[in-house]
Amino acid sequence: MTQRRSYQVGTGLFILLGFAALAYLATQTTSVANFRQGESYTLKASFTNVGQLKLRAPVKIAGVRIGSVEAIDLDPAKLEASVRLAIDKKFDQLPDDSSAAIFTSGLLGDQYVGVQPGGSPDMFKDGDEFVLTQSSLQLEDLIGKFLVNGSPSPKPAESGDGSAKPPAPDQHQ
Amino acid sequence: MSARPTSRLGDALAQVGACGLFLLQVLGAVPKSLRHFRETIRQIWFVGAMSLVIIMTCGLFVGAVLGLQLYDVLSRFGASAMSGTVVALALYRELGPVVTALLFAGRAGTSITAEIGLMRATDQLAAMEMMAVDPLAYVAAPRFIAGVVALPLLACVFNAMAILGAHAVCVSWLGLDGGTFWSNMTASVDVWTDVVNGVWKSVAFGAVCTLIATFNGYTTAPTSEGVAYATTRTVVFSSIATLALDFVMTAFLT
Amino acid sequence: MSHANPPERADALVEVRGLSTVLNGKTIFDRLDLDIPRGRIVAIMGPSGTGKTTLLRHITGQLRPDAGEIRVDGHDVPTLPRDALFALREKIGYLFQNSALLTDYSVFENVAFPLRQHLRLPEEIVRNVVLTKLQAVGLRGAAGLMPHELSGGMARRVALARAIVRDPMLILYDEPFVGLDPIALNQILKLIRTLNDTLGITSILVAHEFDAVARAADEVYLIAGGKVAAHGTPAELARGESAWTKQFFGGEADGPVPFQYPARDYAADLGFPERTR
Repeated sequence: MTQRRSYQVGTGLFILLGFAALAYLATQTTSVANFRQGESYTLKASFTNVGQLKLRAPVKIAGVRIGSVEAIDLDPAKLEASVRLAIDKKFDQLPDDSSAAIFTSGLLGDQYVGVQPGGSPDMFKDGDEFVLTQSSLQLEDLIGKFLVNGSPSPKPAESGDGSAKPPAPDQHQ
Repeated sequence: MSARPTSRLGDALAQVGACGLFLLQVLGAVPKSLRHFRETIRQIWFVGAMSLVIIMTCGLFVGAVLGLQLYDVLSRFGASAMSGTVVALALYRELGPVVTALLFAGRAGTSITAEIGLMRATDQLAAMEMMAVDPLAYVAAPRFIAGVVALPLLACVFNAMAILGAHAVCVSWLGLDGGTFWSNMTASVDVWTDVVNGVWKSVAFGAVCTLIATFNGYTTAPTSEGVAYATTRTVVFSSIATLALDFVMTAFLT
Repeated sequence: MSHANPPERADALVEVRGLSTVLNGKTIFDRLDLDIPRGRIVAIMGPSGTGKTTLLRHITGQLRPDAGEIRVDGHDVPTLPRDALFALREKIGYLFQNSALLTDYSVFENVAFPLRQHLRLPEEIVRNVVLTKLQAVGLRGAAGLMPHELSGGMARRVALARAIVRDPMLILYDEPFVGLDPIALNQILKLIRTLNDTLGITSILVAHEFDAVARAADEVYLIAGGKVAAHGTPAELARGESAWTKQFFGGEADGPVPFQYPARDYAADLGFPERTR
């Protein structure tokens, strides 16, 4: 009987270990790790082109993650991409004239939304929309410009730390 | 036996057909085998927990080698920061399930085949039949369930150990920044398309490997040569089936 | 073949009628008829390869015959569905030629196996029943051993304890005397008799040792060539006049039962020119 009992305990431990490993893989090594389970509020932003931006891509200020991309849709009226961002509740002091842009981390990295804070005394509230946005930088466009102008653009591809100079925003609305 | 290729093909097809019928019989016996739940637990212990050492050791080394190789190759493109990402993706999507299944076939599959084969050779299966105990429900189904349950868990342990191995090599030894290693990984690895799909794969591999092992044991010729032959066939066919199924599942899952 | 149609008995536990079996192209049984009366010990004897074990496998439904009827306790075994067959087998004990103990389990657990599988009994009752049966075969002290620690004869006795643990109505013994020392043989013979006398258990005994059989069996069937060659009490058969019984119990190579397995001409096999007659 004791032998049988030790099998059962051992098997239980084994199953526990397996699920612990699965939980570790799922929560510590994947994008789930980037989810802040805490409270968040929603901001909206429209882009003419989101490029390779994916759901759950990070939203950063000065390279620090403050939230993630919650939804990407096509606005049927304006035929623009409307992106919903979930921002952590603790970063609720964002001036409402801040701008959002889509950057690439490194030459081959994933894309993310970088926010450049503005100077307005008023802060964003839940459901507000970014007035100033800049779309994803398309490599093809860049090469096109380079060929037409004959000189490299002074604006380099994003360096990936999110603290680069704000790109000239294109005006929306 | 026959040297003619056509009848060899016929034999192979007959084997596959018999194996399929056996699967149906085993699945039919699964509800009855729940009465022998203790036996299932015991089998999970034997095929799962007893394989942990080999799985963890191999996982650690596979991860370390992957880290070493990928760091070297990626740094040629100035992308060594992606080492963790590539290691994780390669592991979750392919190497974890496949290598675990191959190790499992060698470690647990062979012992299942040899055990059932010897039970056949020594009339233990017939004795169970005579005691009105269905050997499908008492012998085959618990091992099958154990394989399906144990292999995904083993694959997860393998992956976790491999990530630790890769981390040890890339970060502690080669000097990659730990934050870079983890953040690049967490940015690009997805729970569903990468981790969970890998788990599904290993569930399927577990089913196929234990089915082949059980079937070969069940149909062993009752001699010592028969048992040896059946054990060899288990390893060969499990490996082939795992790799072929891997291709098919990769094509459909991604 | 004076025994092709045995006299009808009122109460036969096992009735075999017109049993025909062909295995691997070899005719094992050719319209065999026999009866096992309730509460008796019946021995089945015959030369090697006559299908004595096959007959037991037919009776327990492990093997389907090509034709014929096998009735056990009123059920026609070849046509029974699996569930009913299993229900019938719960009332039958079977002692395998090579014991067939479950190698994973101790002696105790082997004997307890049928109890644990089919009944939900409190642990003390299981313990008492198992120890009683082990005591009957003289191996109560070996309860903690594993099967690989037993000699062949001990393993057979454990298997016997397992076969009788649920007090079946019918026990089939396949070669129970092989590998037993004279003391154990005596005890087993006595046990078979006791089971039969006290519990009214019907027994079918497949064996070669006529002396041992003569001491235990009430009736003997001699099977040869797929048919019943002789039938009667051991004493009748011992002084039997037929060629079959004379050859079998005299142990002579020549007679109706060929000692040689069917083969080509001996001289031709050795490379000499074929003899012409």
